[in-house]
Amino acid sequence: MGILEIKNVGKRFGGLQALSDVNLSVAENTVHAIIGPNGAGKSTLLNCLVGKLIPDTGSVTFQGQSLLGRKPHEINQLGVSRVFQTPEIFADLTVLENVMIPCFAHRDGAFQMNALRGVRSETDIRQKAEQILEDVSMLEKENMQASSLSRGDKRRLEMAMCLVQDPKLLLLDEPTAGMARADTNNTIDLLKEIKDKRDITMAIIEHDMHVVFSLAERITVLAQGTPLVEETPENIKGHPKVREAYLGEAQV
Amino acid sequence: MFGLSTKDTTLLLFVAALTLLAPFLLNPFPENSAMAQFNAGYPDLMQRFVIFGTFAIGFNILFGLTGYLSFGHAAFLGVGSYGAIWMMKLLTLNVIPAIIMGVIFAGLFALLVGYISLRRSGIYFSILTLAFAQMSYALAYSVLTPITGGETGLQLKATDTPLLSNLAPGEIGRANLFGVDMRSSYELVIGDWLFTFNAGYYIAAVCMLIGFYISIRIFRSPFGMMLRAVKSNQQRMNYTGLNSKPYTLAAFVISGMYAGLAGGLMVAMDTQVGPERMFWTASGEVVLMAILGGVGTLIGPVLGAGMIKYMENILSKINDAILHQWFAFMPDGIENLLVAIFHPFIGKGWHLTLGMLFMLIVIFLPGGLVEGGQRIGRIFRRRDRKADSVESDAAKQRKPAE
Ligand SMILES: Nc1ncnc2c1ncn2[C@@H]1O[C@H](COP(=O)(O)OP(=O)(O)O)[C@@H](O)[C@H]1O
Ligand SMILES: [Mg+2]
Repeated sequence: MGILEIKNVGKRFGGLQALSDVNLSVAENTVHAIIGPNGAGKSTLLNCLVGKLIPDTGSVTFQGQSLLGRKPHEINQLGVSRVFQTPEIFADLTVLENVMIPCFAHRDGAFQMNALRGVRSETDIRQKAEQILEDVSMLEKENMQASSLSRGDKRRLEMAMCLVQDPKLLLLDEPTAGMARADTNNTIDLLKEIKDKRDITMAIIEHDMHVVFSLAERITVLAQGTPLVEETPENIKGHPKVREAYLGEAQV
Repeated sequence: MFGLSTKDTTLLLFVAALTLLAPFLLNPFPENSAMAQFNAGYPDLMQRFVIFGTFAIGFNILFGLTGYLSFGHAAFLGVGSYGAIWMMKLLTLNVIPAIIMGVIFAGLFALLVGYISLRRSGIYFSILTLAFAQMSYALAYSVLTPITGGETGLQLKATDTPLLSNLAPGEIGRANLFGVDMRSSYELVIGDWLFTFNAGYYIAAVCMLIGFYISIRIFRSPFGMMLRAVKSNQQRMNYTGLNSKPYTLAAFVISGMYAGLAGGLMVAMDTQVGPERMFWTASGEVVLMAILGGVGTLIGPVLGAGMIKYMENILSKINDAILHQWFAFMPDGIENLLVAIFHPFIGKGWHLTLGMLFMLIVIFLPGGLVEGGQRIGRIFRRRDRKADSVESDAAKQRKPAE
């Protein structure tokens, strides 16, 4: 039984069957990559996990609890964090504040009426936030407004916001897209380090095969809303069905 | 000091000094000079400055931090006023229970309105709050007449017998604070100058300062940070495990309570209420105050409130005769021309001046008067780039610490 169990999930948008009969099991403390051509339904699948979309059919369970019908903040409180394909950050706030907010959420829960306590006196939270910024090498940018960051930095910031919550399951939707080569390598190193240090499961959507093969222990190939193959990285390289999926796209 | 950073303490002390010295600062012109009509240091107007300042400070906690634009805040002002006057009619003429009652009533009503209106965001939220306020206004006018006094409203009457105040039969009660009449004033004459220190004004000013202090604490708290997160990206907030609903509702209720405080103070200063206090134009006015002064800044709303009330009371009193006096030194033709040019902007035309000023500020100074102040400050302090002014920090509100 994996930490995350997706069973027979289907999702339809008007005439488009974005997901059909998806079965996927993510084992605890592994990195599971989901790859596939654009429009395969990878992001849609993540949307069904975090409460953004409700699948038409099937079930999603995390640590034995169903995620369907739960609100996004409740799912996060269970230990699921997500990095989005287009960065979702608090653009008007500083980098430091962006990271402090998840720290507060992690410590205080979904709502806390601490209106008369000063942020200044929250030294623990601040230290924790600065530590994670240090880890993603963004500490020198802590007082910058998040909207003024480069796209790659926004992604790294969002990753820091997720990591600081110490999630059990981290969902990453193309985390290195738009990053310079050096930043991509840093991100790979960071994720590897996190994986070694913590009890964390990651599901990662990625187009950059260098990233996929550096991190993943299992790979699922998704095409037109259905999983084609699930294999180890060694076995997936020359797999005929995978070629078919990608070549099929290239021919069209 | 008071759990605030040095900058915030400076700002608080600055505002405290301004309000406490207002009787001097607002009366810079000798009593019988031609400029005396620009003096704003009379009790009535000074009271209005701080009461509407309180109203705007509270409104800014909702609009400035969360970005939810309420178009119905005057309803809470009105409910606070009705609550306060009933307290005076029934219990005591002391203003403190009346003010507290105003805050509680407004808070409860805000809880109801907020709970319903916050199911929607953006324009739909604004429309819902507007609908609630207009409904309250209409009800106060009609079916609720037994408790609101309908069109004539409520005032203290000779027939009122507050439980704890022993009035002589037929005596009309006067609002007081442990025996000090709200209307009592001490007048100080220095040469040609006249300064009035009014008891009611100082009570309202202290209330505003407490409100201002609490607002600084809220701005600098984790709660305030969450409210700014709501404004910035509600989606990210939810995926960070935070439920934005209780945060926005809490902000809504807090700002409703500020409005109730303002309403209670109005009754304490002048013991009467009418439903027009809840009319939509009154709700719109506080929006203008916040925007004019600088939305999301600490001091902006107070400045905006002061500016609007000053124009409403001073500009509107200038008439053609006064203009003729001013331009009397000009040749007749030019005098008449100038008077004709200025005529639409004064007296009843003060709305035109306000409207134009509002447009200019929104277009050229989107950060309101505070941004204007910052720009001027920057010109004077070019070489010293690091030293931000007290308010520029408040305006940006980006640094959580310091
Ligand atoms: N909210 C939506 N409404 C309608 N169609 C959608 C929606 N989200 C995704 N789709 C469609 O579903 C398909 C899968 O999209 P997506 O999951 O984003 O693919 P990808 O694998 O590239 O992440 C695409 O054809 C996309 O246009
Ligand atoms: Mg995608």
